[in-house]
Amino acid sequence: MKYVDEYRDGKLAQGIAATIAREADPARLYHFMEFCGGHTHAIARYGLEDLLPENVRMIHGPGCPVCVLPMARVDMAIACARDPKVTLCAYGDLMRVPGSSGASLLKAKAEGADIRMVYSTLDAIRIAEAEPNREVVFFAIGFETTTPPTALAIRAAQKKRLANFSILCNHVMTPPAIRAILESADGSEADALRVEGFVGPAHVSTVIGTRPYRVFAETFGKPVVIAGFEPLDVAQAILMLVRQINEGRSEVENQYIRAVTESGNLRAQAEMADIFETRETFEWRGLGWLPDSALRLKAAYERYDAEKRFGLVDVPARDNPACECGAILRGAKKPRDCKLFGSVCTPDTPMGSCMVSPEGACSAHWTYGRFREAAKAAPQRRNVA
Amino acid sequence: MSLQQPIRRKLDLKNGRVDLSHGAGGRAMGQLIEDIFHAAFDNDWLRAGNDQSAFAAPAGRMVMTTDAYVVTPIFFPGGDIGSLAVHGTINDIAMAGARPLYLSASFIIEEGFALADLKRVAASMGEASRAAGVPIITGDTKVVERGKADGVFISTTGIGVAPAGLSLSSDAARPGDLVALSGTIGDHGVAVMSKRENLEFETQILSDSAALHGLVAAIMAAGGAGVRVMRDPTRGGLAATLNELAHQSGVGFEIEEEAIPVRSEVAAACEFLGLDPLNVANEGKLVAVLAPEVADAVLAAMKAHPLGLDAALIGRAVADDNRFVQMRTAFGGGRIVDWLSGEQLPRIC
Repeated sequence: MKYVDEYRDGKLAQGIAATIAREADPARLYHFMEFCGGHTHAIARYGLEDLLPENVRMIHGPGCPVCVLPMARVDMAIACARDPKVTLCAYGDLMRVPGSSGASLLKAKAEGADIRMVYSTLDAIRIAEAEPNREVVFFAIGFETTTPPTALAIRAAQKKRLANFSILCNHVMTPPAIRAILESADGSEADALRVEGFVGPAHVSTVIGTRPYRVFAETFGKPVVIAGFEPLDVAQAILMLVRQINEGRSEVENQYIRAVTESGNLRAQAEMADIFETRETFEWRGLGWLPDSALRLKAAYERYDAEKRFGLVDVPARDNPACECGAILRGAKKPRDCKLFGSVCTPDTPMGSCMVSPEGACSAHWTYGRFREAAKAAPQRRNVA
Repeated sequence: MSLQQPIRRKLDLKNGRVDLSHGAGGRAMGQLIEDIFHAAFDNDWLRAGNDQSAFAAPAGRMVMTTDAYVVTPIFFPGGDIGSLAVHGTINDIAMAGARPLYLSASFIIEEGFALADLKRVAASMGEASRAAGVPIITGDTKVVERGKADGVFISTTGIGVAPAGLSLSSDAARPGDLVALSGTIGDHGVAVMSKRENLEFETQILSDSAALHGLVAAIMAAGGAGVRVMRDPTRGGLAATLNELAHQSGVGFEIEEEAIPVRSEVAAACEFLGLDPLNVANEGKLVAVLAPEVADAVLAAMKAHPLGLDAALIGRAVADDNRFVQMRTAFGGGRIVDWLSGEQLPRIC
């Protein structure tokens, strides 16, 4: 695959890995958080951690939109879909996200709700056009990457004068989540924040640019390197973070220069600013209620707001008390530290959000990383091969 | 004076549609079976017109399998539900090291299904069965009300015979055995997906749907008792097949990503769709676990067969109580290859 394989080259990876190993100070530990699920997935899928020295460790962050969606919002979507006149359109990875008491869109669909998997917001628009007697609701989720496509759907609905289209808006913003992680440490040793630098978002940054991350480097003293989602991108970003730490620098650097600029995509930003406004507060699974962290439709677009249209309300829902998704999303704990991991909580029967999406920290560890622990527990086993 | 014979109207194969009378057991059903199915499958067993067919059982171990086909869309690049229903069942028989002998076919047809499409499906089945040398010798037809099925569903049962004493079983893989794959992975699933609404690609990717008993015969001739087990990686792809074999045999597998053949257009489509080719279905490929001493001979035999040109040794079985399937990535790291959770591509076979 042209323009893809180049970023997965094993020989180049060995070279970067050797440089990281040479430059990383063996006397200290380097803990970096990759914010995005896309990075988590790349690290796990290509086995990147095998190439890093023991003292450079990656902590999986909360940048997986499915993982941070709170149960209450899943419950709200299910309630909306149960309305016989509603057709709920959702991205495929939302189908299995657990709501309260084990409910999910997949189960609601089996019980008769009209829920359809779409690949694009415009698929939902097409359904609304083709079936004017159905109330078509798009279950909008995601960070700044998926917000512009939702804005595009609102524009399309406006242009086509669709009276039967609305969205259930759950769009969230990246910088407030990073801030929450930096401010979350409660001072106890168990919950101490170990993150010394961030591999910054790839696709999100194509939209918002590099500027919004400056505060983390300048005020919080944490280096940020924006990186692409290919494994070589991540490896290079880790090297850049090691160098910043070694040189005592704390800057926003851009590894993903082939796609990200300082200002980002101004047209997408303008569309978002025109259609959406910031919510006072919004619940994030694992991070709690974060001020100014999510978007809703402006009053001028409220006819497209499913929450208003169907009088949907947020009914607080509680996660399983043993679920450690919160601490895992903040980087304070690892999937293995959770009692539920691998016993009652697996990708087939996810209890917590980190297990649902393949980009979630627990799911990625379950799918790709477990053997490392098994190998460590029984080192002779690998010699048999 | 003889009674006047009623005029027998021909089926309107151009614009006609299946209606409930075609499944009601009357003349209409008889005509549908005769004009479409018997015409397409044409053989002495069907011409005898019995509700069953009799045949002499050859010496050896009889092997039997059954499978239902509900793929959507019914016609996809490189095949259709009819040829798939023949190939898939033949392959399940062949994986036992057996020679497939006969097939049965039953059809559940939705009211309103176009007769032209039914004829096309039947013709494709007939062609696939003749090409494979495995006749369809008995069958059944049901018609259900509109909305109770989706176009046509087909079930086929196959019977075959394996040499006495041969028992290929999924618990037979041993540490040290080598794993051979007969060709590129992911073609079928991506071909079906590409035909789906909104997901048309510029390059046409064809399903690999094919009957593998010829390839199996070549493998058995070259490998003999060194062939431990064979399986066709259909739903769930290569990842599911290796995990099943690992669990049933109580071993682990270690495979090399770089050794696994994937067409570049399939890799690109998977990239675009967020799929992993390891999880995508195949309908004309097989995995063979081989004793190391026969591996080279079997690989050569596979490569000499038209359906095994891209065959490769992709890894080996290892002692592992966890029964993990591990892969060395082309990038240089390692990872687990797990079963897929949930459904990646609904209704691909």
